[in-house]
Amino acid sequence: MTDESRNEKSSAEPTNDGQRFDRLPVTAEEREVPGRASRREILDWWEERFGIEPKTFDGYSFWEKGKGKIWILRGDLDSPVRIEALGMTFLRTRQRHWKPTTNAAQRFGGLATRNVVHLDDQRARRFVHGEDQELDWDGDWGYLIVSHELAGGREPLGVGLYLHGELQSLVPKGRQRDI
Amino acid sequence: MDALERYEPILDDYEAFLAACERPLPSVVRVNGIKATPERVTDAFDAEGVEWESREWNENVLEIEGKPGNTWPSFHGWTHGQEEVSSIPAFVLDPEPGERVLDSCAAPGSKTTQLAALLDDDGLIVANDSNLGRLSALRFNTERLGVTCTAVTNQDARNFSLKPFDFESFDAALVDVPCSCEGTIRKNPTALDDWSLDHIEGVAGVQKGILRRAVQATREGGKVVYSTCTFAPEENEAVLDHVLARENCRLVEYDIGLRSEPGLTEWHGDDYDESIRKAKRFYPHHNDTGGFFCAKLEVGA
Repeated sequence: MTDESRNEKSSAEPTNDGQRFDRLPVTAEEREVPGRASRREILDWWEERFGIEPKTFDGYSFWEKGKGKIWILRGDLDSPVRIEALGMTFLRTRQRHWKPTTNAAQRFGGLATRNVVHLDDQRARRFVHGEDQELDWDGDWGYLIVSHELAGGREPLGVGLYLHGELQSLVPKGRQRDI
Repeated sequence: MDALERYEPILDDYEAFLAACERPLPSVVRVNGIKATPERVTDAFDAEGVEWESREWNENVLEIEGKPGNTWPSFHGWTHGQEEVSSIPAFVLDPEPGERVLDSCAAPGSKTTQLAALLDDDGLIVANDSNLGRLSALRFNTERLGVTCTAVTNQDARNFSLKPFDFESFDAALVDVPCSCEGTIRKNPTALDDWSLDHIEGVAGVQKGILRRAVQATREGGKVVYSTCTFAPEENEAVLDHVLARENCRLVEYDIGLRSEPGLTEWHGDDYDESIRKAKRFYPHHNDTGGFFCAKLEVGA
């Protein structure tokens, strides 16, 4: 391929630019970058997977920087934005199963009504220590929001992957604790 | 401690000051209002058997027994380990929800996350730091505490550019500058090992540039808070004096429920603007904290 034809290709089909934040298109019809999730798809996914109502995110905008890495910002800015970080990393897309971040699960997972696994104190400690554990769970397999009881309420700990009778802890190394 | 001798003439009780500097600091956490209330945090500490005591001047500041890291409130981002005096400047700036705030030297993010809580995570904080390596700590902390209202930039704060954004000024700015850190001796006993007057004078030049740019980037009527964790008048009052003479801003009074001494108007033969008395000096022996300096400015006529 010559340089010219490569340039032609890139101008014909916009791709994700890892150096900047681009706001997600509102719907699939408005999508210009192939493979980029739309805001509508993000809201639908949280509602379907966790029962979190779309209106929860009314005051927020969603952005992609890094392939498939979706960020959530309170409020909005003109797109694109060439800076280091914008709001909070929220969700991984562009893979077969979308995966929420631990921080997003902690911040918004308290509103979840589906696919939430509730652990007792001892299991919660093992989970935040990063340990995988056998668990009876008759709900969906895949990424779950994991919670425990704290100070009179249910509080989300993070994200677990449930497969074949085992709950894997997806708490990142830097967030793991020995409580 | 030799570096601190030069402050003997301006201190009420030099022996008590030195004795405080040699004691370790109490363990203090700040409650993160984005994720929790002081009541939920203290309920969780009670259930874990962690002893705590609220600081009289602010219910969001708690002294706790032992290390703050391995507790449920810390894991959930309900609390953030933050030295007591380090929480002063964000409380003094006291931004309102919806405002745009510049945090000139933001890493590792204790004050950024505190500003976000004061905004109720509703507004925009541009959290800037010139040191790319320190931005990962800033991002880790904002995300752990559930902050979604930050935009993180990597610029030299002395010529901070608003070019990445679609607005032209901030409502407020927090200017917590790099400094000689004399006030952190209780936390870091080697803080004074590399002390020199040359270093102080060099860093003061950087501080002047950072504060001037923050004042310029703040709208008329907006607030700017300047702070350091050092006692050196060259980095505190002299920086304010320099900026007051060159930028359209003035010092304003503020209240914070901790004991303090007024800013100096004279140091080693130099006279400073009388209004600099409105700045506050916080000494280790007065509140059992680290040392700190904090001033509040208003921009424009």
